[in-house]
Amino acid sequence: MTTATAARPRPRAVRNSGLTYRSPLQRKDGRSAWLFLAPFGVFYLAFLLGPTIYMLVMSFFNTSMVRTGLGSFAGFANYAEMLTRPDFWSSLLHTLQFTLYTTPPLVILAFVFAVLTNRFNRGQWFFRLAFFLPFILPSATISLIWVFVFTPSTGLWAMVETWFGITPGSGVLSSPNTAMIGVAIATVWWTLGFNFVLYIAGLQEIPRELYEAAAVDGASAWSQIRFITIPMLARTTTLVVLLQIIASLKIFDQVYLMTGGGPGISTQVSLQLITGTAFTDNRLGAASAASVLLFIVIIVIAIIRQLTDRSAAKKEA
Amino acid sequence: MSARARLWFPHTTHAAAAAHDKEVVNDMARSSTGLSRRAFLAAGLGAATVPLLAGCSSGTGTTVAAGLFGTKLPTSTLIYWNLFGGGDGTRMQAMEAGYEKQYGANSLQATTFAWGNPYYTKVTLATVGNKPPDVAVSHLTRAKPLWDGGLLEPITDDDLASVGLSASDFSQRPWNEQRTDGQNICVPLDTHPLVMFYNDDVCRKAGLMDSSGTLKKLNNLDEFESALAAISKVTKGPAMTIANVAGETATPWRVFWTFYNQHSQATPFLSDNGSKLTVNEDVFNDVTTRLQSWVKKGWVNSGLDYATAESYMFTGKAGLYLEGEWEITTAQSVKGLKFGIVPVPTLYDKAATQADSHTFVLPRKDRTPEQRKQAMLFIRSMLDQSLTWAKGGHIPAYQPVARSAAYKTLKPQSDYASVASSAVYDDPAWYGGSGSTFENIVGAQLGLVQQLTLSPQEALQAIKSQLSVYLNTPSPL
Repeated sequence: MTTATAARPRPRAVRNSGLTYRSPLQRKDGRSAWLFLAPFGVFYLAFLLGPTIYMLVMSFFNTSMVRTGLGSFAGFANYAEMLTRPDFWSSLLHTLQFTLYTTPPLVILAFVFAVLTNRFNRGQWFFRLAFFLPFILPSATISLIWVFVFTPSTGLWAMVETWFGITPGSGVLSSPNTAMIGVAIATVWWTLGFNFVLYIAGLQEIPRELYEAAAVDGASAWSQIRFITIPMLARTTTLVVLLQIIASLKIFDQVYLMTGGGPGISTQVSLQLITGTAFTDNRLGAASAASVLLFIVIIVIAIIRQLTDRSAAKKEA
Repeated sequence: MSARARLWFPHTTHAAAAAHDKEVVNDMARSSTGLSRRAFLAAGLGAATVPLLAGCSSGTGTTVAAGLFGTKLPTSTLIYWNLFGGGDGTRMQAMEAGYEKQYGANSLQATTFAWGNPYYTKVTLATVGNKPPDVAVSHLTRAKPLWDGGLLEPITDDDLASVGLSASDFSQRPWNEQRTDGQNICVPLDTHPLVMFYNDDVCRKAGLMDSSGTLKKLNNLDEFESALAAISKVTKGPAMTIANVAGETATPWRVFWTFYNQHSQATPFLSDNGSKLTVNEDVFNDVTTRLQSWVKKGWVNSGLDYATAESYMFTGKAGLYLEGEWEITTAQSVKGLKFGIVPVPTLYDKAATQADSHTFVLPRKDRTPEQRKQAMLFIRSMLDQSLTWAKGGHIPAYQPVARSAAYKTLKPQSDYASVASSAVYDDPAWYGGSGSTFENIVGAQLGLVQQLTLSPQEALQAIKSQLSVYLNTPSPL
């Protein structure tokens, strides 16, 4: 940790430079390493890899929730069904809509707040605690808080609206046009703290000397942020954006608890469709097919992001 | 969710640990100034543990321990799940208290869940996971898919006889309806039909009240329509309200299914457990066109949500209101409101009213004969207290109560008790029943028909295309 400096080498650069890195580990250390990995490995196999493979298999069968075994073979029928279902596509769109609503504010606001907090010498702990505190709350709690805030005509939101002379309508969560925005606001408030902590950690790794040198050269505060902070945090930003996109695509709790997918199905997201198909319609096979499709979408998005990132890094180099 | 997902990423620990290192330094620097954050958190954690441990020694503690460590509850405690909120919830709690009074303080653990699909999902998953309740409430129409899934135990004549019950103790209609594959799959508690609420003052002004102070009988379509016209003149607006917007899909379905089945040519909407769409399209068109004509004449609202539709009748903005009888509790709580309830008039060939029944089911689980008897005793106890239940508007299925003088004097509940015999249940389908996917799909389109945004033909097309997924899918049960 202490060796992490400003000039962090890119792994690719190391590989290309032709340097050979000799590990201090001996061959026999491998065995004990496996031993240390075993407890986690067992869990990983039993609760992540195993179920994922089972899901892939199930997606080709008419598997039922209430019957044992895989059921009759369905071929690609489950996939065909999902791909032709309008509510599957609408739920996917809502998931992407939520991702678009939450990712930019969660990255930008976290950065801004981290930079501001980092400027405090005294009492910094208070701001760090204040921004991180919502994150430790369970989703059920934050949903209750925000449903309360968004209560039509008597809630906090409606009260603020009346201050500005707006007549509160039927409530943010009751209209198909604004319900997803309401969920997004609650989510930003809730999960901002995590990205904030990552940025704070990144900021504290930037050597002070850089700022001092810049100050000596007469760089303004804005220039310092523009030319030192933002480039030095590039890797943190890359990480934050990736994690954020993945987390947003997996949205379920808040929507389920705050709107139940409503009004109508205007906020129903993919995971909700999947749980509904699996546990309400008792159709594990069809739900598995939908899961696999969502899985593919997430992977594709992650790869696209990785590729754009790589090309950007090449340009930089 | 998001937190857990992120922690699987090893990169995260790098940055987080760096932050942590800095904090250690900060903490050490600050420790001289007072209570460190770490000590504060440790103290908080300690404080939180105390009530938890203390709880384990008390009465509710055994329940907590059973949940945390999987220890068994005392075998005499009966676990009972239901889905009753509002007025029904209060009355059910009174009945549960009645059971506890008879069998001891710790004899019952009752849990109430949100109704609809989530409730049946929980019952299903608990049963599949071998942790079902001893007794659960289910709608009759939802008990059938549960039965098809092999999640229910049949209730034998011996079971009934062991607590002094027999088939003849129950209303014919729900009892015959629940018989499936030659077995009893549930014990009906009530019938809850669609009914017609009326506002006394409005209907009196419209000249529709008889000398005894109840609504005149409206025997056919012409009489009904002239009544709607008369009420509309009084209210200067709608004569009758039917909730149909803001996610309200059940009411449009209930109203449609009532009038549809009053036709002699009515066929089941779905057949073969939901694999065939067999709705009679002529009757469908006739009923929905008629409804649209009422909306066009201004007799029926085009778009009102559940609460507003109801408040129209409460405040005299409308004279009639179609909804399930359970709204009686809300109506009675409105100060100064004089209202009555009658069966939905028969406009076509025969009497028919959409209805469902609350029933008790025995989820599949290993039971000793004693536990089975206790579950039946619980059901018996609930049936004996049917009069409490009937106050919420539901028509008791248990005949000794339904025939009692006490029920007959219960007004306006007993005014529509006859509906139970002409009740029409939703067609059995693996995706059907009260509050089901089927009702949501069809009800949403019927709501749009009432809003005049869809013609009956367009609605039928939409219903066909949206149901096709379910019609073509083999039942997972």
